Amino acid sequence: MGLVEQVNFPKPAKFILNWGRKYSLWVMNFGLACCAIELIAASTSRHDFIRLGVIPVAHGPRQADMLVVAGTLTDKMAPALKRVYEQIPEPKYVISFGSCSNCGGPFWDSYSVTKGVDQIVPVDVYVPGCPPRPEALLEGILKLQERIGQESLKDHFARRRATEPIVVGGGPIHQTAIRDE
Amino acid sequence: MTDYFWQYGTLGVLAVAGAGFVAVGFLVNRIMRPTFARPEKYTTYECGVDPVGEGWSQTQIRYYIYAFLFVIFDVEAVFLFPFATIFERFPNAGLVLVEMIVFVVILAVGLLYAWKKKVLEWV
Repeated sequence: MGLVEQVNFPKPAKFILNWGRKYSLWVMNFGLACCAIELIAASTSRHDFIRLGVIPVAHGPRQADMLVVAGTLTDKMAPALKRVYEQIPEPKYVISFGSCSNCGGPFWDSYSVTKGVDQIVPVDVYVPGCPPRPEALLEGILKLQERIGQESLKDHFARRRATEPIVVGGGPIHQTAIRDE
Repeated sequence: MTDYFWQYGTLGVLAVAGAGFVAVGFLVNRIMRPTFARPEKYTTYECGVDPVGEGWSQTQIRYYIYAFLFVIFDVEAVFLFPFATIFERFPNAGLVLVEMIVFVVILAVGLLYAWKKKVLEWV
């Protein structure tokens, strides 16, 4: 039925729904390299993104709302990232943390690095740095929360459905989908 | 007699209210939530790669000791609960209390035996 994606709620209800969503952004840590250390440092007591509601559960993507890709994404790892992103339930957000995941970073010339995770998953916030300071991640989360506060889920899903690629003849969109075993 | 039925009536209302709370919660969630089903969402999570092997794993049989001790002390607790509700009505409450303490001590001796036999240590 999906009322949240079919109806534009009146302002008070929308405020409350967005408030609940933005202050409980459980994160699926996708720490790959050095930026993962800064990600973990941002969750420790000195910087502490848990007070913003972002709890690093990492039990699995099904309990997460947000994916933080921290570190160098190699071409070999890219299908795994795509699969984990797909397994996160809607509505989901992605923060790209560090210059390797933004654009390939210092490994822009490498044969095996994916030059930017936005080739694989749609990114909402880019946090530049090599590595970015944990405060930069806090700012990224705060900016994402501001955006979610203004967000209309109806437009969000309408845009996603409109830009989803069509596969002629049916079948899954991505080749990382299930094989019948 | 109506007092008797009122107690069970209250319990029945509580049961219905509890079930209704859960049902309303799930119903509202079902109505409100967005649907965006994709085939990858139904795959098993194994850190982004295809899952291999079975989903079953064997539980260690060493945990049977905890199940065993739990059953014994759970039965003891079941005996203690009705005792506690009517305990105050006895005129010789001291003697009744001592009797119940003897019961608990007998089971505590069993626990001491298990301790001395090194059953409580990890195998």
